[in-house]
Amino acid sequence: MIRFLITVIRRDVLLAARRRGDWLTAQFFFVMVVSMFPLGIGPEPTMLRLIGPGVVWVAALLACLLSLGRLYADDFRDGSLEQMLLSPYPNSLLALGKALAHWVINGIPLLLIAPVLGIQFGLPAEALLILVLSLAIGTPILSLLGGIGAALTLGLRGGGVLITLLILPLYVPVLIFGAGAVEGAMSGTGSEAHLSLLGAFLVMSLLIAPWISALALKISVE
Amino acid sequence: MNLYYYASPATFYPLAGKLVPLFAILAAVLCAVGLYISFFVAPTDFQQGEGYRIIFIHVPAAWMSMFIYVIMAFWSAIGLAWNTRLSFTMARALAPTGAMFTFVALWTGAFWGKPMWGAWWVWDARLTSELILLFLYVGYMALQAAIDDPRRADRAGALLNLVGVINIPIIYFSVKWWNTLHQGSSVSLTRAPSMAKIMLWGMLIMALAAWMYTIAAALARARTLLLERERQTEWARAQLEGQA
Repeated sequence: MIRFLITVIRRDVLLAARRRGDWLTAQFFFVMVVSMFPLGIGPEPTMLRLIGPGVVWVAALLACLLSLGRLYADDFRDGSLEQMLLSPYPNSLLALGKALAHWVINGIPLLLIAPVLGIQFGLPAEALLILVLSLAIGTPILSLLGGIGAALTLGLRGGGVLITLLILPLYVPVLIFGAGAVEGAMSGTGSEAHLSLLGAFLVMSLLIAPWISALALKISVE
Repeated sequence: MNLYYYASPATFYPLAGKLVPLFAILAAVLCAVGLYISFFVAPTDFQQGEGYRIIFIHVPAAWMSMFIYVIMAFWSAIGLAWNTRLSFTMARALAPTGAMFTFVALWTGAFWGKPMWGAWWVWDARLTSELILLFLYVGYMALQAAIDDPRRADRAGALLNLVGVINIPIIYFSVKWWNTLHQGSSVSLTRAPSMAKIMLWGMLIMALAAWMYTIAAALARARTLLLERERQTEWARAQLEGQA
């Protein structure tokens, strides 16, 4: 079972590594969206510090959604998804592996870029640490929940926009607690409560989301 | 009599046809009575003046917007468990009415908020979660619209609906902890209501009217959906020829 999971993750990571252009697009999208905000709002440092955590988090949600459209689509198009679904292992394991691979490919780079963008917004050092920490707990949730949307919209016309409509409302708690943790750290009210709730949400999504994604895949592929 | 008898589209269709006018008339009568009470019988509120009267529309709409999503989830769960076409059709037929009530609740809320709070919109927990509820309805309907195969549309929509229902409490509490300004609810089952009896009656009658309207609208929509979907079957052909 574990070997199956590792194989699924390894395969997706390898594919991403071979097609670096696809993979980098989402990362640059993240950087660009974040950089647009100061241009639109103005360069006052106090204002930027205030909106920084929220902007980085919203951009992370969007960047995640951008890459989610292709989570199953490529495998669906060349038929390998159906082969994988026929494997003797539970389909939820496949969905879990796919989501984890998506996180490794798209989530981890976000963690590495985020502090740099945080500095652009003048966030203090401890807030940067919390930002990375909250993203580290939060982005796997985004990949897991997003997997449901990717599975439901598999092969539909306008799938990319549709997935945004379906999944963004479900991302609301992650956004609130993620950005809230950083704001808590900056305002001195502390970020433990936010981070704990984010952690609870992660555990719940780990338990439920792969199972629902597997059901959705079955509906979409049959 | 067997309850499952009406679970078949062929038997449900004529039954719904008889029920739609019944519930529509009930809705109209209740709405007339409710509006009469709310505009002419209920006294002016000593704090909020005449502006408070918007709650007679606002509160029933907000209640229905939430109830309908849960009822949709109920039908979705039954549909996924027993694979009954009719339950999916009901869920699908309810969605536009639910979205309409959500929108009405938001809109009337804005009209009430402007004179009372001095703002059309505030980012308060209840307003925000109602807005997100509207997004959930829109997502559901967009997914249904994007899928051509009705069987897949049914099941995918049902799954999304259930995920939404699990998430609603989480969204609600996350938004609540995030910010709270909306007044506490004036009606609760555990304590006496903090409003005049006659106002409460007006509101309850309006809520009942909204309920009856929902049933009538959903059944009428379900009939159309069924006819469209079952157009190749014998009973649907007979119905269509009878109308022509």
